[in-house]
Amino acid sequence: MSDAPLLKVEDLRVHFPIRGGWLGGQVGAVKAVDGIDLTIEAGETVALVGESGCGKSTAGNAILGLAPATSGRILFEGTDILTRSPAERRGIRSNMQVVFQDPVSALNPKLSVGRLIAEPLTIAGWDETAKQTRVDELLDLVGLTKAQKSRHPNEMSGGQRQRVVIARALALSPKLIVCDEPVSALDVSIRSQIINLLIRLQEELGLSYLFIAHDLSVVRHIADKVVVMYLGTIAETGPTDAVFDHPTHPYTEALLSAIPLPDPEAQRAKAALILEGDLPSPANPPAGCPFVTRCPIRIEKCASVRPGLADTGHGSRAACLVKVPDASLNAAR
Amino acid sequence: MTESSQILAVEGLTTRIGVNAVVDGVSLAVNSGEVVALVGESGCGKSLTALSIMGLHPAAARIGGGSVRLDGDDLLRFSEKQLRGIRGKTLSMIFQEPVASLDPLMRVGEQVAESLVVHGVASKSEAESRAIDMLEKVGIPDPAARARQYPAELSGGMCQRVMIACALIARPRLLIADEPTTALDVTIQAQILALMKELRREIRTAILLITHDMGVVADIADRVCVMYAGRIVESGDVASIFAQPSHPYTRLLLATIPKLSGTRKTRLNAIEGSVPDVSDWPVGCRFRTRCPLADDACEKMPPDFSVSGDDTHRAACWHIDRLSEMDAMGEMA
Repeated sequence: MSDAPLLKVEDLRVHFPIRGGWLGGQVGAVKAVDGIDLTIEAGETVALVGESGCGKSTAGNAILGLAPATSGRILFEGTDILTRSPAERRGIRSNMQVVFQDPVSALNPKLSVGRLIAEPLTIAGWDETAKQTRVDELLDLVGLTKAQKSRHPNEMSGGQRQRVVIARALALSPKLIVCDEPVSALDVSIRSQIINLLIRLQEELGLSYLFIAHDLSVVRHIADKVVVMYLGTIAETGPTDAVFDHPTHPYTEALLSAIPLPDPEAQRAKAALILEGDLPSPANPPAGCPFVTRCPIRIEKCASVRPGLADTGHGSRAACLVKVPDASLNAAR
Repeated sequence: MTESSQILAVEGLTTRIGVNAVVDGVSLAVNSGEVVALVGESGCGKSLTALSIMGLHPAAARIGGGSVRLDGDDLLRFSEKQLRGIRGKTLSMIFQEPVASLDPLMRVGEQVAESLVVHGVASKSEAESRAIDMLEKVGIPDPAARARQYPAELSGGMCQRVMIACALIARPRLLIADEPTTALDVTIQAQILALMKELRREIRTAILLITHDMGVVADIADRVCVMYAGRIVESGDVASIFAQPSHPYTRLLLATIPKLSGTRKTRLNAIEGSVPDVSDWPVGCRFRTRCPLADDACEKMPPDFSVSGDDTHRAACWHIDRLSEMDAMGEMA
């Protein structure tokens, strides 16, 4: 194996065409992901955060091959997936698995837990005895018992179902798991059980996670690096401590300030930075900085110059013309 | 706060589905201008409590006893017609899913005006102009134009504002908000919470807030009722509940939240297992199957409320004197 990182994404764009007019031609594009870079090393957790509609799930889907990339490179252990043949892609992508938000819709209600977990093994052509041994191993790994093998998803609690989804994702020993809001649908008490499981599995198996989430207190707990997305672009990125302790982009500041602290005194004393308005449509983003319409510290040139990422001096990088003057040197367009 | 400012007083409310009391003897009170939070995991009976108060419980559920007094009148003795006469006027509710709760085929202005028209408070044209004022008050830009749009043309955050406008236009005495921000992004959640605080100050509406997010509770609640398996297990002033949680369940709920200042990638406190199904609720203390302090005494009899700290803070646990043992058991910070 080379020294290449496990996953390196370069200038990834995912644009969905908007069709219209009486000939049904393309009249525009929804720029769901508009030029993002990220790197995940082996054994590392990188969190992709932002509001709904910022493109974080689309980015995850493009990496998994579930959404078509318009341009850019997705390098898995140094190999650009997008330039390979479909058969080669499938081979590489068996190293990447996914855990979705809603374990109810992710599991076929008619199959038993044993069959659900064995499914990827069946597709990979394992024989029956090897499959059963592996399923038992996986059940044990995620904290389920062998007796639960014959159960059906509707006989299990939300937390147990998410364990089944995780066991199935682990079946073929992947190196990377894309976790798309894996705990958002769960109760607080169950949420910490699943986070503990993900942390333990990472230690035991050396897994890497791309952790897509909007709950920043969970992200701070589990991630090594954070990528903050806004309207298809990266607003700020860096090691978790740098981003949380020294948020530089006004959007990151607003996101962090919006988390209610579980302490009445501290929460009420806090000077909240409340953003106005909603995310603009990704079909018609602002010409300059994508955040300009909601930014409390915007200046005139923000409306025309799109900032690029530049060093903040805290080990992170942010795309803000006001806070990081170098951002204009890296400006796109 | 004087007795006369009490708006809602629920005493011993019991709601059964089949033979099971899903809401089992719940008592709580909300005063004018006060926010009382009802917290607990899913399956604890929080939403059914709210629906029972509104008289909107599903057909399969039967009220088995107790009283629900709104300004002294027992709503449980009201006919459906009488209830319809006060719903939307003195008593209103906002639900978790704003998009699903609005009529997709009706312009939002008409929906906001509807309760004024139905209750004969205002003529159609007057109601619509008041609806536009209300939309402006909940922070919808260009309210006159938005009033002519349909819910599908608005974002999730805007739909939630429309719901709040619908619920508050008739200046109700009591507002029940069932997870009003759970489906929203944190930045929009912060906007909605700020709005609720402002409206409470202005209209002096009493608010019963149902949530599982302790951060939201810390932000907005004056008092807290913690519910587990159909019963209130602890209630008290918000500061006292957070500073001195006196039921093991409340302590665990608070301890499961990852702290923004905690050590990363450590094991989070979790409550083992999940809320049992209503048909399996244990005899005695219902939390004993998940409680680290449980012993024989907990199995024999359900615990009475004992007073903890000042006389407004109560918890139903046999082992309040042994709570400090929990600190030694886990890494509870």
